Amino acid sequence: MKRLWRRISEPIIESCIRLSGLAVVIFVFLIFLFLLRDSLSLFRHYPLGQFLLGRKWLPISDPPQFGVIPLLLGSVYVTFWAVLICVPLGVGSAMFIAEVAPKAIKNVLKSFVEILAAIPSVVLGFLGIIWLGPVLRDTFHLSTGMCGLTGSLLLAFMALPTIISISEDALTGVPRTYREAAYGLGATHWQTLWRVILPSASSGIVAAVMLGIGRVVGETMVVLMVTGNAPVIPTSILQPLRTLTATIAGEMGETVGGSEHYYALFAVGLVLFVITFIINFIADLFLRRARK
Amino acid sequence: MFAGCGESVDPNEPQGFIQAKGSDTMVNAVQMVAEEFMKQYPHIFVAVTGGGSGVGIASLINKTCDVASASREMKPKEVEIANQHGVYPREFVVAYDGVAVIVNKSNPVDKLTLDDLHKIFTGEATNWRQFGGKDLHIVTLSREVSSGTHMYFKEEVIQLGKKDSEDEFSEETLLLTSSQAIVEEVAGNEEAIGYLGMGYLSDRTKALQIGKGNGFYPPTVENVLKKTYPLSRGLYAYTDGEPGGIVKLFLDFTLSPAGQKQFIETGFVPVKASQPEASGPSDTGGTIAR
Repeated sequence: MKRLWRRISEPIIESCIRLSGLAVVIFVFLIFLFLLRDSLSLFRHYPLGQFLLGRKWLPISDPPQFGVIPLLLGSVYVTFWAVLICVPLGVGSAMFIAEVAPKAIKNVLKSFVEILAAIPSVVLGFLGIIWLGPVLRDTFHLSTGMCGLTGSLLLAFMALPTIISISEDALTGVPRTYREAAYGLGATHWQTLWRVILPSASSGIVAAVMLGIGRVVGETMVVLMVTGNAPVIPTSILQPLRTLTATIAGEMGETVGGSEHYYALFAVGLVLFVITFIINFIADLFLRRARK
Repeated sequence: MFAGCGESVDPNEPQGFIQAKGSDTMVNAVQMVAEEFMKQYPHIFVAVTGGGSGVGIASLINKTCDVASASREMKPKEVEIANQHGVYPREFVVAYDGVAVIVNKSNPVDKLTLDDLHKIFTGEATNWRQFGGKDLHIVTLSREVSSGTHMYFKEEVIQLGKKDSEDEFSEETLLLTSSQAIVEEVAGNEEAIGYLGMGYLSDRTKALQIGKGNGFYPPTVENVLKKTYPLSRGLYAYTDGEPGGIVKLFLDFTLSPAGQKQFIETGFVPVKASQPEASGPSDTGGTIAR
């Protein structure tokens, strides 16, 4: 009886699992098709070149202008600085947690990193408006604290847990024999860590960084709240700017289904999708190499 | 969320669910009206959401709300799109408002003309010194494009009422997501200037007197009623077609003295009319042509 049940249940469970695996692929594909369809509707009325190379985003003017360049650069600026801040910090913390910290501190740190990941982005945005913005304004003598750097700092903070956890996994995953060989050759702890463990874990760390970047590019609430959202072509991180995500979140509510503005936001979404897809693809390549 | 769910309800008592969505300027006032209304009709639940006039109008067209509040009139193009979606907006003027221009309390500038505002918000003038203030950069704050106040300000100040004007908000203008965010930034930033509905005025910021032609006027109830304040406007509610049932009850209540009192308490100017049919001195009152 038991055997018969097993014979029936196993294929069922197996096909269920296969179905859920396939469903993910199908959903991603459908989302892509959906984005593509609605974005292409924009280009029936609005030339693709003007969208991709336009330097002005004026969605409610008459005639409207949907130039994606200021938004794209806004996202690039914020992301670049966030990465610049969070990568050294994240990889450093991972190295400390994985290799240096005593066991007790290690456990405390790991759970704190997890708590860090659980802070809702709205709360961070709120802190940005009330505290971080004014502090940065006074420190750098800016005319307003609602600038790219405020966003970058908060985003760096949000990407840290991703980078720390995955890098730490990669560092701990380095085989013990490497360590023992290095010590055996007379290398110090630091030399082992810097010359042996870090290079062997590099693929995993690059993957962690790429996933962190993916998180930063796609984050919406924080940038909508603290970056000032001025659709200007940024020349400095210390000025207000507008990102792709904030544009969609800020404007989607007021568009009427089927209007030009509606399609334009879908096109912005497609640009965002392509960017995150490429980043995740690269991360995946490195993760795969790391496993080998 | 269903009013009266599970209770025994007198079948003659009105019950149901009303979704009111739209203007961020009006959201506090409408929320207070809704609360009073729900006291009177405990089996009707009114949900009030902000987001901006554009959000309200869009959801009226997308049929996801019963009442759209808007701090601007619907544009002819929007009415056209609504009609294509089988929605025939009916307009009510529910209150009046002055768009106040606010600066930090330590800013010595007290009054500006509409032309000054035009220069400031288009980025032509960038230093407070030009208007008798300190030698500081001007940081202009605006609401997001979904805001009716943004649209109103754009028409009246950026384009100075000229429909064919091609002037735009300066690219450097910060687009903030709510009126409260503008209050916060102005209260903490000496260089900032922003605009919002009168309902958001408080002693944390300073409202400027606005001049047009002869004389400067502060945004007060009197000046808005007399229309001497240059940035006076109506606040609107839109329904799909002539409202009936509980939606009509709600609009009647909004325009009744009890409803109008909430607008006064939140800092707006009441309409004198007490019937929704008499929609005030607006020139576009009444059903919009199909």
